[in-house]
Amino acid sequence: MADNRADTRVSMRTPLARVKGLGAAGHGVEHWWIHRVTAVSNVPLIIAFVIIVAALAGSSYQDAIAIISHPLIAIILILAVISVTNHMRLGMQIVIEDYVHDKGYKIAALIANNFYAVIVAVACLYAILKVSLGRILV
Amino acid sequence: MAEAKVAPRPLSPHLQIYRWSWTMAMSVAHRITGLALYGGIVLFAIWLVALASGPSAFDTAQGFFGSPLGYLILFGYTWILMHHMLGGVRHLVWDFGYGMEAAQRINMARFTLIGSIALTLAIWVVAFLAF
Repeated sequence: MADNRADTRVSMRTPLARVKGLGAAGHGVEHWWIHRVTAVSNVPLIIAFVIIVAALAGSSYQDAIAIISHPLIAIILILAVISVTNHMRLGMQIVIEDYVHDKGYKIAALIANNFYAVIVAVACLYAILKVSLGRILV
Repeated sequence: MAEAKVAPRPLSPHLQIYRWSWTMAMSVAHRITGLALYGGIVLFAIWLVALASGPSAFDTAQGFFGSPLGYLILFGYTWILMHHMLGGVRHLVWDFGYGMEAAQRINMARFTLIGSIALTLAIWVVAFLAF
């Protein structure tokens, strides 16, 4: 790939700012980077998720408990919930920042976005752990 | 600084002026499918919480997802999920600097749509046969 980095010899930025690499907003590329990292982790986790959900179709209560509480499946689902809820939170933040220009509405929407993602994550994780913990496979 | 003057510069026309292209359509679709998944995940959360709540709540949830409307939602959700996943892989390829040529762009955009439909049908056929 071509080296597109700015010529530091003519840069107006201080050496400290350049070393920190956090940019004008002070957050660097963290949002962009975690969005990509969770995109990568989503791919295998979503493939596993689709197989698990297909296996759950039409299952009875006992079957569903047995599937969800299996350690391997519970761990995969927990990882998927963490990865997906973070990815969707970051993605929705981009959409809000693109389309909501009123400062008050934007702050309210960004807060609601974080609340929604955390509520979904906690509900899923609580339910998975509740049916999994304490159930010994015999 | 006096009053602001309107500069006589060319302005970019709004979205509806442009002729639809594959890359534009799949870019819009990627964002819309992302929004749909954002809302749709709550269905999975409800199903899990129903499972954790006990047999009667679970039977209600399972009955809904087993109804014609439930199957329609799950089928649509499968396609939306596969479309967003393939679209995301496309974006990851671009992030590494590949696939930027015109023919590659358009072929990758077409593959996003065709591949997502094929994957969705394959998932449902396999699910019906295996489970």
